[in-house]
Amino acid sequence: MVHGWTNLSSSVDSVFLFIMGISLVLLVGVTGAMVYFAVRYRRSRHPRAENIEGNLPLEIVWTVVPTLLVLAIFWVGWKSFVYMRTVPQDAMLVKVTARMWSWHFTYENGATSEVLKIPVNRPVKLAITSADVLHSLSIPAFRVKEDAVPGRENYLWFQPEVTGSYDLFCTEYCGMGHSAMITKVEVMAEKDFNAWYLEATGKSAPGKAGPDGAKLFAEKGCSACHSIDGSPKVGPTLKGVFGHRMTVLTNGKEREITADEAYLRRSLLDPAADVVKGFPPIMPSQKGVLTDAEIDALVEYLKTLREHEHEREH
Amino acid sequence: METNFYNTPGKHKGILAWVLSTDHKRIGLLYLSCMTAFFLTGMTLGLLMRLELIAPGRTLMAASTYNALFTLHGVIMIFLFIIPGIPAALGNFMLPLQIGAQDVSFPRLNLMSWWFYIIGAAVAITSLFTGGGAPDTGWTFYVPYSIRTGTNVSLAVFGVFLMGISSTLTGLNFVTTIHRLRAPGMSWFRMPLFVWSIYATGWVQLLATPVIAITLLMLMAERFFGIGFFDPAKGGDPILFEHLFWIYSHPAVYIMILPAMGAVSEIIPVFARRTIFGYKAIAFSSLGIALFGYLVWGHHMFTSGMSDEARMIFSLLTFLVAVPSGIKVFNWVASLYKGSIRLDTPFLYIMAFIFLFSIGGLTGLVQGALATNVHVHGTYFIVAHFHYVMFGGTVFAFIAALHYWFPKMSGRMYHEGRARIAALALFIGFNTLYFPMFVLGWQGMPRRYYDYLPHYQPLHVVSTVGSWILATGILLMLYNLFRSLRTGEKAGDNPWGGTTLEWKTSSPPPVENFEKIPEVTTGPYHYQ
Ligand code: HEC
Ligand code: HEM
Ligand SMILES: [Cu+2]
Ligand SMILES: [Cu+2]
Repeated sequence: MVHGWTNLSSSVDSVFLFIMGISLVLLVGVTGAMVYFAVRYRRSRHPRAENIEGNLPLEIVWTVVPTLLVLAIFWVGWKSFVYMRTVPQDAMLVKVTARMWSWHFTYENGATSEVLKIPVNRPVKLAITSADVLHSLSIPAFRVKEDAVPGRENYLWFQPEVTGSYDLFCTEYCGMGHSAMITKVEVMAEKDFNAWYLEATGKSAPGKAGPDGAKLFAEKGCSACHSIDGSPKVGPTLKGVFGHRMTVLTNGKEREITADEAYLRRSLLDPAADVVKGFPPIMPSQKGVLTDAEIDALVEYLKTLREHEHEREH
Repeated sequence: METNFYNTPGKHKGILAWVLSTDHKRIGLLYLSCMTAFFLTGMTLGLLMRLELIAPGRTLMAASTYNALFTLHGVIMIFLFIIPGIPAALGNFMLPLQIGAQDVSFPRLNLMSWWFYIIGAAVAITSLFTGGGAPDTGWTFYVPYSIRTGTNVSLAVFGVFLMGISSTLTGLNFVTTIHRLRAPGMSWFRMPLFVWSIYATGWVQLLATPVIAITLLMLMAERFFGIGFFDPAKGGDPILFEHLFWIYSHPAVYIMILPAMGAVSEIIPVFARRTIFGYKAIAFSSLGIALFGYLVWGHHMFTSGMSDEARMIFSLLTFLVAVPSGIKVFNWVASLYKGSIRLDTPFLYIMAFIFLFSIGGLTGLVQGALATNVHVHGTYFIVAHFHYVMFGGTVFAFIAALHYWFPKMSGRMYHEGRARIAALALFIGFNTLYFPMFVLGWQGMPRRYYDYLPHYQPLHVVSTVGSWILATGILLMLYNLFRSLRTGEKAGDNPWGGTTLEWKTSSPPPVENFEKIPEVTTGPYHYQ
């Protein structure tokens, strides 16, 4: 068992051990008694049974004692939970946006990241939401988890105590890429974190003109289904998509089209309208998910993915 | 040759004599055969999933196939197999016999329930091959994903809706039957405990199932018309769906387990040759579970973003509803004390049940406690837990009851030696398959994952090997029963020396069950 990666781990683990202790005693008691009786009173050894209809004191004992035990378990579970829900005033805030199928972390200074970078020994509060369907943010080593729900902001907090790299999973089923919706938590020394944090701030400082299509493509989860190098994934490659002639299914009927700008836009906003032949109709609609400016930037970006371009500079 | 309900000619011939019969015994066997077929289908899907998970990355199939598989596996096992489960199959057959009645109160309604069930199942299965392809939402159909996915969710949900009607009507039928059709002298406290459990279950079916029906209709309305019940952009809330879903699906857990507990209470006295310990405690705990089971649905949503106060209250109530299950287990074990115990196959399955169900129940405490729930929610710990209660619990009790009542239903005895080997394989396979999942879950392995990080692999391999042992046990168990239908020895009317009424008639029983309705003068487990 992993111990003490955050301030919460040891408290959660001791609740677990407390429950396991009680459970083990009960399990061994029940199973032991059952097996003992089955052997001791087997028919060859004990041919005449005794009819015992019940015993009120015994019934009371095994109602009251388990009730007290479960109340005790409830109590320790709840106490430890209250601590998990009480965020310290000085916690560092990181906003988390989950989408199919990527994580996106935004810091108070505007820095963004696909990996959760945090300093060691400082309380961190994650404010979690989703851009599309349900997801859930889970960091097993930290013993924390909370769902990402569209239209709602959930939170959790913890204080990492050991530097290193930890797994971060999505634990609420969210479609095809659910099991690939994994990233890392980097717990960094204060000094390293600050260096990164200041540097990252500079990069995404406001004033830059409009959203960046290439960046959106990675951040908004497009690259989970589309390649830009010609190889097929779940969705068609988007290399050379602009101006390409292809067959699509519109209301179940095949037709030939040329991918112009309007088509690309429709592919993003209403993907079910024209489905590329040979692919499942699973492309998530970006309507209401991306802003108009972001859609424009993505379409512009898609137009640049020309067939003959092998290397793209960034 | 003695006349029994198999060889007495009715209105119809051939297959029609079954699918148009209003005889509760035939309807029970119809359910039983359909459910066996669905169970084997679900098991095959489970084996395929386990095979895929033997190594990280792609082994056999694409992610979308895996996602469809666990959805189907869940839908089949829950809605086609375990919810109709013991009441529809064995309850239908045994309930009127156990209370000394000629049939259920509404035999035609009973037949109609079967038709709703089988049409619902057919619709759900059709959804795999039509429209946008097999549903891939998991058996929980959580929004917004279930609204957005292009797969054939609407049809599958409609199938489940139809099966819900079947379940509601069956509940209604059984509750009425128990109220109205008990043999003379059978007061409430002379009813067998199996009847008590069917009674408690009937109320849950009757009162909880309409909630899922409404929920599924809302989901369909969302998919077809985009009304916005669950869409935050239109003022809805996806959490509402979770609440509605679990308001049914938590009580549904008791639809699954209560009849199994009833079967256990039935079998123990017979094989211990003594009366059950604490008859009233067991009967009332069934009612207690059915009643308080309505109030704890929120424990499935501890990380959903529900208020902390709600989480606390749901956690507290969850712990309290665990107590009646504990009481039952203690009474069962006490019923062995100073008995005269025969270790035949049904009893071996009951011992396995008590052990596995205890593990399932005790690990439930880890999930009920808020602090630990957060860590294990949505992981393999849950997958292990619910297989321990539903499979190790309900299905093991089902198998026990199937062996126990096999001579009554078929008139023949199964082969004891083969049955014991199968039981052993099942027990070993089961634990090898599911126990490692507790460890995986505690280590953080999320459920519904097609792919996983390499450090989880060793335990996945163990689990997959376990699935093969388990499947061998299941196949051997079924083979043995099927073969014994032809080759088994004649069983006689009461091979176990049981005291409840079904053993007072011939095996198999005649159409009208009893030549003369018996008069009841004692409690159900009156030995000596
Ligand atoms: C769930 C996987 C998935 C994600 C995520 C996804 N797509 Fe798609 N996309 C598809 C599939 C499958 C198709 C082909 C079927 C169709 O046309 O609907 C497609 C089609 C397209 C097309 C039309 C391609 C053609 O050859 O005509 C474009 C353009 C596109 N996607 C862009 C995007 C962008 C931009 C994003 C990110 C915002 C994105 N997709 C995210 C699966 C996905
Ligand atoms: C017969 C052998 C069985 C095997 C090999 C098996 C295996 C599995 C596996 C591998 C999963 C998926 C884990 C995941 O990816 O999250 C699963 C899920 C599930 N199983 Fe089973 N199982 C079996 C029997 C049963 C039985 C008897 C029941 C119930 C009566 C059952 C009910 C379920 C349910 C409800 C799920 C959850 C599906 C979901 O996540 O939507 N299984 N099972
Ligand atoms: Cu996910
Ligand atoms: Cu529940």
